[in-house]
Amino acid sequence: MSAMEAKARVTPARHKTLGLSDQDVLDMYYYIALARALDDRMWVLQRAGKAMFVISGPGHEGCQIGAMWPMDKKHDWFVPFYRSIAACLVKGMTPRDILLGLFARAEDPSSGGRQMPGHYGHPGVKILSTSSPVGTQFPHAAGIAYASKIRKTGEVTMTAIGEGGTSQGDVHEAMNWAGIYKLPIIFVVENNMYAISVPLHKQVAGGNVAARAAGYGFPGVATDGSDVLECYRVSKEAYDRAKRGDGPTLLEFRVPRLGSHSSDDQQERYRSKDEIDADRRRDPLQTFRIYLEGVGLMDEGKLKEIAGRVKREIDEATDYADRSPLPEPESGVRHLFHDE
Amino acid sequence: MAELRYIDAINQAHHEEFARDERVVVMGEDVGRKGGVFGATMGLFDKFGEDRVIDTPLAESSIAGIAIGMAANGLLPIAEFQFADFIHPAFNQIVSEAARMRYRSNNAFGCPVVFRTPYGGSHGTALYHSQSIETYYAHVPGLKVVTPSTPYDAKGLLKAAIRDPDPVMYLEHKRMYRLIKGEVPDGDYVVPIGPAVVRREGRDLSIFAYGWMLHESLQAAEMVAKEGIKAEVVDLRTLAPLDKDTILKSVAKTNRALIVYEDNRFVGYGAEVAATIAEEAFSDLDAPVMRLAGPDVPGIPFSKPLEEWFYITKDKIAESIRKLAAY
Repeated sequence: MSAMEAKARVTPARHKTLGLSDQDVLDMYYYIALARALDDRMWVLQRAGKAMFVISGPGHEGCQIGAMWPMDKKHDWFVPFYRSIAACLVKGMTPRDILLGLFARAEDPSSGGRQMPGHYGHPGVKILSTSSPVGTQFPHAAGIAYASKIRKTGEVTMTAIGEGGTSQGDVHEAMNWAGIYKLPIIFVVENNMYAISVPLHKQVAGGNVAARAAGYGFPGVATDGSDVLECYRVSKEAYDRAKRGDGPTLLEFRVPRLGSHSSDDQQERYRSKDEIDADRRRDPLQTFRIYLEGVGLMDEGKLKEIAGRVKREIDEATDYADRSPLPEPESGVRHLFHDE
Repeated sequence: MAELRYIDAINQAHHEEFARDERVVVMGEDVGRKGGVFGATMGLFDKFGEDRVIDTPLAESSIAGIAIGMAANGLLPIAEFQFADFIHPAFNQIVSEAARMRYRSNNAFGCPVVFRTPYGGSHGTALYHSQSIETYYAHVPGLKVVTPSTPYDAKGLLKAAIRDPDPVMYLEHKRMYRLIKGEVPDGDYVVPIGPAVVRREGRDLSIFAYGWMLHESLQAAEMVAKEGIKAEVVDLRTLAPLDKDTILKSVAKTNRALIVYEDNRFVGYGAEVAATIAEEAFSDLDAPVMRLAGPDVPGIPFSKPLEEWFYITKDKIAESIRKLAAY
C-alpha cells in the first residue's frame, strides 16, 4: 500500500477493533523503527569494513511484527529465516544479540561466531538454530509442532521463508505433514517478488503462494505486507486457529523489497528504478507512521523520541559487540557432540 | 536369555525403549499398522498408539527433517527409512541439519535422533534395494554411525543410539534380519557406541569387517583354518567414531590386514581403515594392506549370474586370505 492508500485506510478505531491498545501500536512502531535502524547500522558497518557480510530484510519488518505480535514470547516457538530480524527482535532477541552475530563474537547467542550473520537461533526465547539451505526449516517447524501436539504443551510454532524458498520440496513435505496432523503451526511466506534476481513469474507457478494451502486442506491468506494492522489481523486469526487445535495456516505477505539480496548483491542490475521507487512508497515504516499520525498517536516530538531511543540502543549494542572477544581458535573443535 | 533373530532383537529394543521412556517415538513409511516392511516395529502401534508410532507420508526428506524438529522439542525420535537406497533425499537434512545442529548452535541445541535403515544386498534386491551408504555418513562430522552384526549388538547398540544425545545412523544389513540368530538377554543392557570387538582370535592376519561381511569373513576364516592359516576377525561395529586401538592392536599381533566391505571399493569405508593402518602401523606390516570390496558399479545387478558376480562371498574372502598369507 502506498502513502496515499495508507492515509485512506486511517480509521480512528482500526487498531482498537483488532484488540490492540494505543500502547500496542506504539510498541509495534518502535520495533519496526528498531529493526530498520539495526538493519541500516549493519550495512554501514559492512561498508565500513567492520563486518564481512550482511543479509537482512528492509521492507519486511511490518509483516514480521504483525505476524509475531500474537505469539507468546516465552512459550511459543519460532523457526526463522535470514530476513527475520524484526520477528526475532519481537520474539526476544536484542540488537546486542544480533550484532554479536554480525561481528562473529564468542558470545553470539546464535552460533558463537560459527555461522554467517543472519543465521538466527536462541534457546532462551525458543528460536531454533537455522542453516543456509533454504526450506529445511519448514520440516523442523512441523516436527516441533508435532511434539507440542502429542506432549500437549499448547505451544504454537511459526516459521518463515521467502517466496523463492517455497519451490523447495521440503516446504511441500512439511505443509503436507502439517495438514495431515492438523498441527498448531503458522507458515509465513514473505513474498518480495524476487529470489535474489529471479522474479516471481519464474519462481511460483500460478503466481499465488497462498492458494497452495487449499491443496493441503488448510487456509491460505495473501495479505499486503506493508499494511501492518492487516498483517496482525490475519496472524491473530491464524494464531487462534492453531491454539484451538484447528490446524495450520499459510500466510503470504506481499512485501516491498527495499534492499539488495545481501551485501554481495546489487539489485539495480536486474530491477528497474521505477520498480524500486514504487517499493519505497510501500515502506511499512512510512505507512505505519501515517496511520499513527492519522489517529493522533504520533507527532514530530514522539517520532524524535523513538528515533533517539532506537539510536541509543543500537549505539550501545554496537559498542558492546565491537568490544566483545572473538572465539578462541582452539574452541573450533568443541561441541561436535554433547559434553565435549 | 533367548535365541532371537537379528530383526527380533531390533524389535525388542524398540519395545523396551518405548516402555522405558515415553519421549521415544518411531516414524517412517509403514512402521505403524503394518509394523514395517521387515517387521522392525511390529506390535508397537497396538501397544503404544499412533501418536508415537507414526506412519509418515512417502517423503524421506521430511522424515528426517520432522524428526529433527521433534528432537528440538523434547522427543527422542527414531526415523526409519524403508531402504537405505531411498535415504538420499534426506541427505541434506541429515548432513546439513542433524549433524550440525549442536556445532552450529554452539551447543545450544542438540539433535537426539536415530536414523535407522536397512542397507546392503540380499537375494534379488537389485540396484535400488541393495545399496551400501555407510561411507557417505561416516564422512560427516557430528554423526555417529553403527553397523551391528549380531542380535546381541543389534539390541544393545539400538538402545545406546536411542539414549545418545546426538544423531546416530543405525545401519542394518538386511541379509542378517532372518538368517542371523543369537543369544539376547531379556532385560536391559547397552552396547556402547565406539568399541570394536575381536570375534575370532588368530595370529597370521587380521580381517576387518562389519555387517553381513563379518559373517562371510568368519566362515572364510573357518575354511582357511583347515589349511593352517589362523585369521583373526575383527567386527568394527561402530564406523564413526572408529576404534583405532582395537585395529592397531590386532595388526601389531598379526602383521597383515585385510579389509572386507560390500560397498564399492573406490573411496569406500575400507579406504579409511587402510589409511589408518598405513599411517599408524606401517612398521608392524609384513605385507601391503589389502582390500576386498564390491565392484565399482552402481548397486547389485538383479539377474542371478550378475548378482553372484557382485557378491563378496566366503570363497572370495578365503582366496584373498590365502594371497595375503602367502605374501
